Amino acid sequence: MSLLSYTLRRLLHAIPLLLAVAVLNFCLIAAAPGDPVTALIGDFPAPAEYVAKMRQDYGLDQPLPVRLGRYLQHLASLDLGYSFANRMPVSTLVAARLGATLKLTGTALAVAAVLGVALGLLAARLGGWVDRLVRFGATLSYAMPEFWLGQLLILAFAIGLGWLPSQGAAPLRGAAAGWAGFVEGLRYLLLPASALALRYLALIARITRARAVEVLRADYVLAARARGASETRVLLDHVLRNAAPSVITVIGYNAGLLLAGSALTETVFGWPGIGRLLFDSIAARDTPTMLAILLMVSASVVIANLLTDVLHRLLDRRVA
Amino acid sequence: MRPPLLALLMLLLCAILAPWIIPGDPLAGSADALLAPLQSGHTLGTDDLGRDMLAMLLHGSRVSLMVGLASSACALLVGVLAGAVAGWHGGWVDALVMRIAEFFQTLPRFVLALIVIALAGPGIGKVIIVIAVLAWPQTARVVRAEIGALRQAAFVDAARLAGMPDWLIVLREVLPQIAGPVLVLAALDVATAILLEAGLGFFGLGDPNLASWGAMLNQAQQYLRAAWWMSVFPGLAIGLTVLLFNLLGDAVAQHLDPRGR
Repeated sequence: MSLLSYTLRRLLHAIPLLLAVAVLNFCLIAAAPGDPVTALIGDFPAPAEYVAKMRQDYGLDQPLPVRLGRYLQHLASLDLGYSFANRMPVSTLVAARLGATLKLTGTALAVAAVLGVALGLLAARLGGWVDRLVRFGATLSYAMPEFWLGQLLILAFAIGLGWLPSQGAAPLRGAAAGWAGFVEGLRYLLLPASALALRYLALIARITRARAVEVLRADYVLAARARGASETRVLLDHVLRNAAPSVITVIGYNAGLLLAGSALTETVFGWPGIGRLLFDSIAARDTPTMLAILLMVSASVVIANLLTDVLHRLLDRRVA
Repeated sequence: MRPPLLALLMLLLCAILAPWIIPGDPLAGSADALLAPLQSGHTLGTDDLGRDMLAMLLHGSRVSLMVGLASSACALLVGVLAGAVAGWHGGWVDALVMRIAEFFQTLPRFVLALIVIALAGPGIGKVIIVIAVLAWPQTARVVRAEIGALRQAAFVDAARLAGMPDWLIVLREVLPQIAGPVLVLAALDVATAILLEAGLGFFGLGDPNLASWGAMLNQAQQYLRAAWWMSVFPGLAIGLTVLLFNLLGDAVAQHLDPRGR
C-alpha cells in the first residue's frame, strides 16, 4: 500500500474521532448546570414571555438533536461561539493566544526531542555510571509535576539569582525591536520552556535508551563495526535509524501530555497562551471558551496521532 | 520491589493516622502567618493564613492517596472487565470495545478533567470518577491482548472439558495468569492520578474544605517571593509519592520480566 493511500485511510479513521469529540463537547454544554439565558439575565426580574422569547431567539427551545446539528454546522464554519465574559467571539480570543502557546510548546518539544534522544543514545552507548545517571535522572524528572518545577525555577533563577524574568512573554513596556528583542524574548522563554520540557524529555530519553540498547545488540551493528564503520556512523545510521520509529511514536502519542503541561506551565509563568486562557475562563465560568479549548486540544491530539502514524510508516516500511 | 513498597505503606499509615498524629482542623488559621520553617514550633513553617504546613501536608496526603488509589481501582475494574469481554468474545464486541477505548485514549485527560470538574463543581468523588473514566482504556487494551493470546491455550480447553462455565474459566484460570502486567499498569495509574489531582488542585478546583497538595501549590504561587517553603514542601510531597508509585510499577515489571532478572 502506498504512503498516500495509507495517509488517506488514517485520515478517514480520524474523522469519526473528531466528530465524536465534537459530540462529547456538545453533551458537556447541554449537561452543564444553568441555562445561558438565565445567566445572561442574572437577577433581573424579567417577565416570563421575555425569557421565552430569548430562548426562542437563541434556539434553546429546539430539541437536542436539532441543536447538535446546528452546533456541528457552526463548528464546520470555524465558529466557536461567543464569550460573554470577554465580550468577543471565542475564535478571536483563541487566535490571539495561539502564537504564544505554539512558541512555548514548540520550543519545549524541540528541546525535549533533541536532548532526550541525545541523552538516550549516550546512556545506551556508554553504559556504566552515565547510563545509571540518565536513568535515575529520567525517573526523577518524570515524577515532578511541571507546575512545581516551574515554581522552583522561579524561586532559583528569578527570585534567588535575579537572572531571568518570572512572568509574561515580553516586558510590559513592549518588546524591543530586532536582535535585542529576540534575545529579550529568549530570556522570557527559557524558564517556562525548561519547566514544560523536562517530563517529556525524560520520557523520550527513556524510550530512546531502551530501543538503542536493543539495537546495539543486533547482528547488523556487529557487522557494521566489522566493516570498519566509525562509531558515529553506527550510532546515527544504524541505531538512530532503527530506534526512530519507536521514539517518534512516543513523542507523537504523548502530545496530550505536552498540551496539558502547557496549561499548567503557562499558569505558573503568566504566559499569555491558550493554557492561561483556560485557567482564566475556568475562574470566570466562561463555558464557551472552556469548551472551545477542549475541542481544539482534542483535535490537536487527533492530528498529532495521525501525523505520528504517517511518519512512523514513512520511517518503517514494514508497518502495514 | 521492597523499598518503594515499604515507603508507600509508611505513607499510607501516616495518611490513615493523620487525625491522631496532628489532631485538629489543619485548615484553621492562626495569627502566626508566613513563619519560616523551624520557627516557634512549626517544623515546616506556616502559610499566609498562619496554618501549619506540616499539618496541611499530612492531611493533604489523605486526598492524594485516596484519589490515586480509588481511581486506579475503578479503572482497574472497568479495564479488566472491558478487556476480558473484548478479548474473550472477539468479533464485533471486540471491535466495539476497542473503538470506545480508542476514543477515550484520544481525549486529552487533564484538560477534560479540568473542564468536567469546573462544570460539575469540585468533590473528591467526582474527581475519582473522571480520572477512572479516562484511565481504563490502557488496562483494557493490555487485558484484551493477553486474553486473546491465552484463549486457545491447552489449560483453557482442559477447564472447558471439565465443564467449567466461561466466566469461571476467565476468572479462575485466565485472569491470574495476566495479573502481573495489569498490576504494573495499576501502579502507574495511581501515579498519574495523583499528578492529575494535584493539577486540578493547582487550578483551584480541589475541595475547598480539605487540605490538598495541589491547592497548597496554588496558594504558594502568590507568595513565591515571601515564602519559598509554601512551594517547596507540597511539591516535594507530590513528587516523592508519584516517584514511589512509578518505582513500584518498574520493580513489579522487572520482577516479571525473565530477561531482567
